[in-house]
Amino acid sequence: MRYADEFRDPGKARTLVAEITRLAVPLAAALGRPLQIMEVCGGHTHTIFRYGLKAMLPEEAVEFVHGPGCPVCVLPMGRVDDCVALARDPKIIFTTFGDAMRVPGSQGSLLQARANGADVRMVYSPLDALQIARDNPEREVVFFAIGFETTMPSTALTVLQARREAIANFSLFCNHITIPATLRAILESPDLRLDGFLGPGHVSMVIGNRPYDFIAQEYRRPIAVSGFEPLDLLQSLWMVIKQIAEGRCEVENQYKRVVPESGNKQAVAAVEEVFELREFFEWRGLGSIDHSGVRMRPSFAAFDAESKFLMPNLTVADPKSCQCGEVLKGMIKPHQCRVFGSACTPENPLGALMVSSEGACAAYYQYGRLDMKAPRPAAEVQV
Amino acid sequence: MSAAVPGAVQWTPAPTGACAATITLAHGGGGRAMRGLIEKIILPAFDNPMLAILEDQARLSIAELSALGDRLSFTTDTYVVTPIEFPGGDIGKLAVCGTVNDLAVCGARPLYLSCALVLEEGFPLTDLERVLQSMGRAAREARVAVVTGDTKVVERGAADRIFINTAGVGVLRAGVNIAATRAQSGDAVIVNGNLGDHGIAILLARNELALAAPVQSDCQPLHDLIAAMLGVCPDIHCLRDATRGGVATVLNEFAVSSNVGIRLYEAALPLDDGVRGACEILGLDPLYLANEGKLVAIVPGSRAEGVLAAMRAHPAGRDAAIVGEVCAQPAGHVILSTAIGGDRVVDMLVGEQLPRIC
Repeated sequence: MRYADEFRDPGKARTLVAEITRLAVPLAAALGRPLQIMEVCGGHTHTIFRYGLKAMLPEEAVEFVHGPGCPVCVLPMGRVDDCVALARDPKIIFTTFGDAMRVPGSQGSLLQARANGADVRMVYSPLDALQIARDNPEREVVFFAIGFETTMPSTALTVLQARREAIANFSLFCNHITIPATLRAILESPDLRLDGFLGPGHVSMVIGNRPYDFIAQEYRRPIAVSGFEPLDLLQSLWMVIKQIAEGRCEVENQYKRVVPESGNKQAVAAVEEVFELREFFEWRGLGSIDHSGVRMRPSFAAFDAESKFLMPNLTVADPKSCQCGEVLKGMIKPHQCRVFGSACTPENPLGALMVSSEGACAAYYQYGRLDMKAPRPAAEVQV
Repeated sequence: MSAAVPGAVQWTPAPTGACAATITLAHGGGGRAMRGLIEKIILPAFDNPMLAILEDQARLSIAELSALGDRLSFTTDTYVVTPIEFPGGDIGKLAVCGTVNDLAVCGARPLYLSCALVLEEGFPLTDLERVLQSMGRAAREARVAVVTGDTKVVERGAADRIFINTAGVGVLRAGVNIAATRAQSGDAVIVNGNLGDHGIAILLARNELALAAPVQSDCQPLHDLIAAMLGVCPDIHCLRDATRGGVATVLNEFAVSSNVGIRLYEAALPLDDGVRGACEILGLDPLYLANEGKLVAIVPGSRAEGVLAAMRAHPAGRDAAIVGEVCAQPAGHVILSTAIGGDRVVDMLVGEQLPRIC
């Protein structure tokens, strides 16, 4: 298959792995531990597991730490409860991307709400939700807007379209979140051990690479903005380790075929027209992070589900047994969580990292269980 | 109308009635309308003397059956696919091939089918006729006879257009012993062609995605192919058709039941370009996609090339390939050697990749 197989070439992979090994082994030996590189994006986590990249790299020298970049995984329970409350309203058609349907809230998931009679519909694009609104003028259609900077432009443009057409029965439940503020929160963590980052290519496609400058300049960590094919990740990893070996800390762009240095100005303009930063946003596992989410500007209140409808809007604590936060910060590996694979499985996810196939725990469970020889303590479920 | 005896025919003889343009509750009521439906649409589609006598059951000769083997095989499956017609097949063809294949994968020769219809009020008779004609055609091609049946009509909204149940009877000859527990280290894993065609064909036929690819469902009977395989290797260890859950699910069942490891080679998996492309865009894994005419066989390593040659000589096995091997470890797991040179676990499917595909 053209444009895909070129980025999965085993010969080139072997060359990159040999070069990574040559650079990383002495660095890790000097540190007395493997280099810890965070892949920020859930799409990267998925690629690492799906193609078995971990097994190709020297275990003693390189370790992937799976970052917070799965928007479904970091959605707090209270927001899911708000979704379920909206969906239960008989006048509302609640539209969502498929993988958000399984995220557990304290009152169950959207999938369970649908089984109990709520009108929850899976869409592939916010424009599909807008079409449902056009087709059902007597109902209110709410689109569950979720995702990082990657998906903000498409929801922003959909809202602008709805305004142009004066579609009065369409609104967004806005849960968009931003990556740079979250990376700063992780870098501020006192137990930080990360040596470098693989940056999220699809976010940079929108915002460009400059928003990561603080990582290199203030926190002295190298970062390479990476594509999503296996060779992209191996090359980005090599670029980061080369920076470490040469004592450099820069923002490098491996994904040049997609990511312009300054991003997509039209997309950013649409986002800025519709959204504004929230003072703070609650993340599952990470807690409240300043300026890490956006809401709709007051001039778009007519399209803002938070203005149009009453919602519980409660903060719900994560289950106590759940260690998603420690996994998200790279302090423990998914299988070291006390409920991994016992109380928390993809069939019955307790923590959000088990929900989406881009979540670190689901990826470990699905693709990587053979590595997990370390015994786990018995599960104690406290929900 | 409820049948106390499995397989009882509800098509009770009654005075002839005219067929309306759509199914009404009267078509399931046992009266004139039902009789008209049976005579004008159902009997002509299946056209066989055992059905035409319109008794409440089919009567099968034990002597004829036992001349063919020493065990009966018996199975049932219900078909609820949406849309009911798709590139490469329809619910009627599926209802024949699916049940024929369930019989065939134990090595049996499929002989007789039942056909139970659940029809939604308002279902167009022309659609029903087309589905049943297709079913009859598939049965004749597979050399099986539809010998008994039942029709129920439910209120609008209580079913989605048409559901079909088929049960099947076949005969298994002495000496064939295919079982999920028999995979052993050194065996080879073989599939008979491209994976995931049915799953992607159905997904695209729903028109919910702005995607188009010339992918046809692989819906086909497999018993002749299997007979050819048994002809060169009577000692096939494991055999299943890889329907819902795909090849990954079947191999996981083999790995657990036989307590062996199974290693697949990604580069060896036969895939249609359209299916690969759709999977890339939609984030689907072809190993989990449904097939309706694909089998997974585990055969002794020494016989693998012979079985492969026999399969490739048959139209249903033209693209057959050896895709993996059985090893002692890791017991109970399926591992994929990825094309790029890594390894990963291929687990059982969690949840549904797609709704209502068969």
